[in-house]
Amino acid sequence: MSMIQYQPYQTEDGRTIGNTLMEMKNITLRFGGVVAIKDISLDIREGEIRAIIGPNGAGKSSMLNVISGFYHPQDGEVWYKGEPRPQMRPYQVARLGIARTFQNIALFEGMSVLDNIMTGRLNHMSASILDQMIWWGKAEREEVANRERAEEIIDFLEIQAIRKTPVGRLPYGLKKRVELARALVAEPSLLLLDEPMAGMNVEEKEDMSRFILDVNDEFGTTIALIEHDMGVVMDLSDRVVVMDYGKKIGDGTPDEVRNNQEVIDAYLGVAHD
Amino acid sequence: MAAGGPAKGGQSLAEMRAVSGVPESVPALLARNVAQFPSKPAYREKEFGIWQTWTWAETAEEIQAIAYGLMALGAEKGDYIAIIGRNRPALYWSMVAAMKIGAIPVPMYQDAVAEEMAYVLDHAGARFAVCGDQEQVDKVIEVQETVHCIEHIIYQDPRGLRKYDHSRLHALADVQAEGRAAHERFERQLAEREAAVGYDDTCVMLYTSGTTGKSKGVVLSNRNVIETAKNSSEFDRLRPSDETLAYLPMAWVGDFIFSIGQAYWTGFCTNCPESPDTMMTDLREIGPTYFFAPPRVFETTLTTVMIRMEDAGAFKRAMFHYFMDHAKRVGPALLDGKPVGAIDRLKYWIGDKLIYGPLKNTLGFTRVRVGYTAGEAIGPEIFDFYRSLGINLKQLYGQTEATVFITQQPDGEVRADTVGVPSPGVEIRIGDSGEIYYRSPGTFVEYYKNAESTADTKDPEGWVATGDAGFIEESTGHLRIIDRAKDVGKMANGNLFAPKYVENKLKFYPNILESVVFGAGREYCTAFINIDLAAVGNWAERNNIAYASYQELAGHQQVLDTIQQHVEEVNKSVAQDPMLSGCQVHRFLVLHKELDADDGELTRTRKVRRKIINEKFEDLVTALYDGSTEIYTETEVTYEDGRKGKIKATLEIRDAKVVEPAGQTQVAAQ
Repeated sequence: MSMIQYQPYQTEDGRTIGNTLMEMKNITLRFGGVVAIKDISLDIREGEIRAIIGPNGAGKSSMLNVISGFYHPQDGEVWYKGEPRPQMRPYQVARLGIARTFQNIALFEGMSVLDNIMTGRLNHMSASILDQMIWWGKAEREEVANRERAEEIIDFLEIQAIRKTPVGRLPYGLKKRVELARALVAEPSLLLLDEPMAGMNVEEKEDMSRFILDVNDEFGTTIALIEHDMGVVMDLSDRVVVMDYGKKIGDGTPDEVRNNQEVIDAYLGVAHD
Repeated sequence: MAAGGPAKGGQSLAEMRAVSGVPESVPALLARNVAQFPSKPAYREKEFGIWQTWTWAETAEEIQAIAYGLMALGAEKGDYIAIIGRNRPALYWSMVAAMKIGAIPVPMYQDAVAEEMAYVLDHAGARFAVCGDQEQVDKVIEVQETVHCIEHIIYQDPRGLRKYDHSRLHALADVQAEGRAAHERFERQLAEREAAVGYDDTCVMLYTSGTTGKSKGVVLSNRNVIETAKNSSEFDRLRPSDETLAYLPMAWVGDFIFSIGQAYWTGFCTNCPESPDTMMTDLREIGPTYFFAPPRVFETTLTTVMIRMEDAGAFKRAMFHYFMDHAKRVGPALLDGKPVGAIDRLKYWIGDKLIYGPLKNTLGFTRVRVGYTAGEAIGPEIFDFYRSLGINLKQLYGQTEATVFITQQPDGEVRADTVGVPSPGVEIRIGDSGEIYYRSPGTFVEYYKNAESTADTKDPEGWVATGDAGFIEESTGHLRIIDRAKDVGKMANGNLFAPKYVENKLKFYPNILESVVFGAGREYCTAFINIDLAAVGNWAERNNIAYASYQELAGHQQVLDTIQQHVEEVNKSVAQDPMLSGCQVHRFLVLHKELDADDGELTRTRKVRRKIINEKFEDLVTALYDGSTEIYTETEVTYEDGRKGKIKATLEIRDAKVVEPAGQTQVAAQ
């Protein structure tokens, strides 16, 4: 069984949305007796910004963890780039071109911003430990190329001023940006953002939104994100999936989702009789 | 760091110049520099974490490509080309490229809001705008509704601009590529145009920041720029091996003279920071030998040093204060080459190894040979602090209309309370009202499209009114500035009122960022005070004082107590001056918001706009004089994105103790 075929099209602002990059088919995920995800299917197309939203406990983060290959669903299949993806270790998923950020920032606090970002290039280093120790030939060439890429991202995200600052000393909003930088240097084809704007003030949210749009636009990176701030989600995304109690209750463009009665009920609550 | 080889073959620079004759335009200076030191660095910019360097030869090639590209887009002789963005080599090149084709560059303040930008673009009738990035492009596009003269917009940083309509929008790199491709077509024409640029043709047009009303376009000729650059470079013996950091607004005359005038005259290297936030790090990495900063930068730096020393361990702190006290005693004398005892010298030497040297290194001032501050008065303590470290910081007095230089301090004659002797070639005269007039080779040609203002400012003999009041000290020949001439007034009781004099004294306290003194035509003086959030915030942190906002901190009782002490100390000091003792501050309040250029309260160069403040805060001024002890007020503020909001506050008004003037106290005591 192959993936859903779409016709590539141009968005109003001139980006190209291509064919299916990833497809989740009838995913069910259980933790013991708790069913976190109940028979959900969804797809992510190349070049789009895809949001997953839902109230607390809806199963959004679990879904993201299934996409990233960290959780293995009991039922259902994950198709990636036209092939079913077998059960994998996280580093294997990373090699497939999937990078992510975390809801609770997961950086090396004692290391500088630059070093943290360089760790994102791990998949692009193949020099042996011996080469790296004597710092010669391939190791040096690789390091220079990786540093170049890291510097491009530092420039892109405008964090030149904190390049050498230990991450532990940075405020929350900047840490989030460093995490995004680390995910970006890996040159992912699919970028997963777990609540990129949680805990930010309006100005920081505006900055982050700008960066997400720019990443998608400049690098053509496909982005799947979870976010609570509805205004942000509706502005950023091409398509939105809405989850509630582990089930999918809506899927479509922001406008379609906004007018979906089930979604409105889930968010505003509904009287149970 | 590549040190530039100065003049080759034992020939001095002056001799080489004598042979070649004085070049009569900036592009001609460029050609001379390419011939004299082709492989010496002309520009550096930190990008992608590495300092990228362009030699004079490479710079000339880049500029030429822009010039051809502009011609391919149809730029004509006499066109005005707006330059908007932060200090980057490509924007400086665009300015020189414009001069090359006989056009006139108009650098603009990049933080100007769209409305201010619209005025300047429209007034100059700019056909082209060269922008640094998307933010500037957006603003230029936004003002197109009212401004119709712009035909092409050129941008340097393509980020975020890919999807824009490119029919009239061009990447600078593409313009250069077009230019390189078309060079054969334009080669002769460009050479002709460049040769046609004369000594008295316009070199650049700079808009004044305008403390009152609309800003005016100051037209400066090649003669103005080159003569001034020559005189000032020789005054301070600037060398081709000097290094500067270009970080002040490109629209400001100082940056134009330092980064283009003097840089092209002397051939020194202009370094551009990586981003505005990395200025301090870049300063340290470059270690400039020639450095310029407004007093605010020195004040902020000193405040940061002091805050960090407060957080240091007791031993380090004691050592710092011990050696700094010593430096204050003998440092300035050592710098001026005055006799100092052997033991004091030894102690200073030890201090240099332990404190001064490392501190200068951290601040990036290790190699500073010539440092200037201007634009505002600098606090004597702040000034002495830097001089006692062995940094040759000096003051100069100037304005856009003079192509910067009116007076400056020669080495060895530096004092905090004067602005120096007339610069080479400058004549100074004090008018009957005390206003300062000057005449110099740098005197501007005219205000663009404003003959009336030109006639008001510059008389037929070429004397220009500065608008500042001051006097020349007879013993030394140094000029001292009292205040803006039109701000100096009389109080109701006939006492002289000079607000700036008192405001400066207040601002010398690290806790006070800005102050506005009222009193013209009144019975007594009063003041608005702005606290310095960095200094007061640090104090609050150390004393476990919780605050949620600027407003809350500004209204805190202990903060008010501290400010009151400062005001009372200032009153004591003001009382010492028999002429100005009437200017003591009787009542004051601490403002609930920082005065801001976005709200129109300050100019872009951060000078107080008295008239606007008077109108905007009329209720507060009234309260200062009607005896009330608190006042409720609502103030409109403009956010950075242009939206407007309101802040509400109840401000406490305090009375400050005033001192009887020195003469009268004795009478009272008897």
